[in-house]
Amino acid sequence: MSRKIIPIGPYHPLQDEPEFFKLHVDGETVVDIDIELGYNHRLIEKISESKNFDQVAFMVERICGICSTSHPFAYVNAIDDLLGVKPPERALYIRTAIAELERIHSHLLWLGLAGHFLGYNTVWMWAWRYREPVLDIFERVTGNRQNYGMMKPGGVRRDMFEEDFPWIKKTLKDLIPKLDMFKGAIMDDPVIRMRTEGVGVLTKEDARDYGLVGPTARASGVNIDIRRDDPYAAYDKVEWQVCTHEGGDVFSKAVVRILELYQSINIVIQCLDKMPKGPIDSGIKDIPPGEGIGRHEAPRGEVVHYIMADGGNSPARHKIRAPSFMNVASNKKAVIGETISDATIILAAVDPCYCCTERMAVVDYKTGKKMMDGQDLIKLSQEKTEKIKNKLGR
Amino acid sequence: MKRETIIQNIKIRSGKDLLDFQDKSKNRVYFTINKTILLQIAKYLFNDANARFSTASGVDTRKAIEILYHFAVDDIGLFISLRVTLEKPNLEIDSLLGLFKCAEWIEMEMHEMLGVNFKGHGNMKHLLLKDDWPKGNYPLRRDL
Repeated sequence: MSRKIIPIGPYHPLQDEPEFFKLHVDGETVVDIDIELGYNHRLIEKISESKNFDQVAFMVERICGICSTSHPFAYVNAIDDLLGVKPPERALYIRTAIAELERIHSHLLWLGLAGHFLGYNTVWMWAWRYREPVLDIFERVTGNRQNYGMMKPGGVRRDMFEEDFPWIKKTLKDLIPKLDMFKGAIMDDPVIRMRTEGVGVLTKEDARDYGLVGPTARASGVNIDIRRDDPYAAYDKVEWQVCTHEGGDVFSKAVVRILELYQSINIVIQCLDKMPKGPIDSGIKDIPPGEGIGRHEAPRGEVVHYIMADGGNSPARHKIRAPSFMNVASNKKAVIGETISDATIILAAVDPCYCCTERMAVVDYKTGKKMMDGQDLIKLSQEKTEKIKNKLGR
Repeated sequence: MKRETIIQNIKIRSGKDLLDFQDKSKNRVYFTINKTILLQIAKYLFNDANARFSTASGVDTRKAIEILYHFAVDDIGLFISLRVTLEKPNLEIDSLLGLFKCAEWIEMEMHEMLGVNFKGHGNMKHLLLKDDWPKGNYPLRRDL
């Protein structure tokens, strides 16, 4: 059968963020994939060299909208590492609470999109509906639904107020029955299991080979989590567990994210209960020459920031490595041998967050005719779910 | 594997090619090595010490290009950085793609941003920059 190329993107069908996948297809099976990045590459690392250290914290927040506090967190960890000092205790607890709230809203966002993609628009609507209270918490604490401006070299920029804690805790505890509902809906639904189990499998060996991080790695049974392995902020002062699953497939990735939601709620509540009184800023004035490496377990995995300072007001070098840089490359393994209708949920399962992005062009390379675009592929996936539902008489 | 064991093993395997060792903190160590033994040390870290290749960062120090290869030993939380200096104009070093696939993209990025050539990579096309970006123009170099 003749080979065709099906491009997916640059607007990724799942999240409408640019990324270009060219699927080489033989009949219905994907036999190869080209991944192209970089259309909207902003060279943030170079811009960082012309900002002062305070401004860099704001700038790196804008690398990503969904996990907007992850990059500043890794950045301030790098500055702490460079200076060899720890911020005040209260700042560490606030940092932890903000980061975990971000994990909750990020995982709920992914859950909704995965549901939409599989044809379960109710899951989409409800996941995003129950994401709203978390964004309300952010608005109360930071003034914004994203780009919170909380992380600052030496501490945090804004305090949290004890009078808000009862309301925050109640909002999070009210979320738990909803998570139970999602957990049941996803893990007990035979159609969702048929669509996601055994699909896009990445083994433990693949995880090592591709340097996978985050839920993508933990779903392949790789027990790594920066919060536990290289503790920072208040993660070693609260009780919580790393969530893993053994399947390595799309289903496992969903399970890991759902389990992490419960853990994150637990961590935030403990942070609020244990939050010590005191200053929130150690008042750093100068950054001396040196190097610092900061890591943070973002919702998508390990973020690494490397700072080299030369005694001036700006970084001499700022290296940023987002988790998706490792995870997206694994699509080369995960999607080969699968069908076109499964390709898009597999590509989405790593929860890609594209720091480098793309624009759209979709043609059949042999005939020059337009083949499928992102919307067509979503439809194909949703239709597959309908077929399975009909077969099962649902 | 214990922190001290790994550090000792790297020192032994490097021999005279170990130029400097910095024990910065419990979870941060830096080894400055000659580029000739990079592959050997990376192989030891990946295969024997069960380390994960996290990322690599290159910087133009004007005299040379300095690359830091960062490995994470997750079971003990140790983050090991191997510092390699490439003197201009001989900006060539062995690719780590033969050891693990996660070296592929980061080496392409360092190639297009700093002009480093990775021997044995085999696919040094542009990852992030557009295809018709002016040749010889490396955005992260300081000689602009």
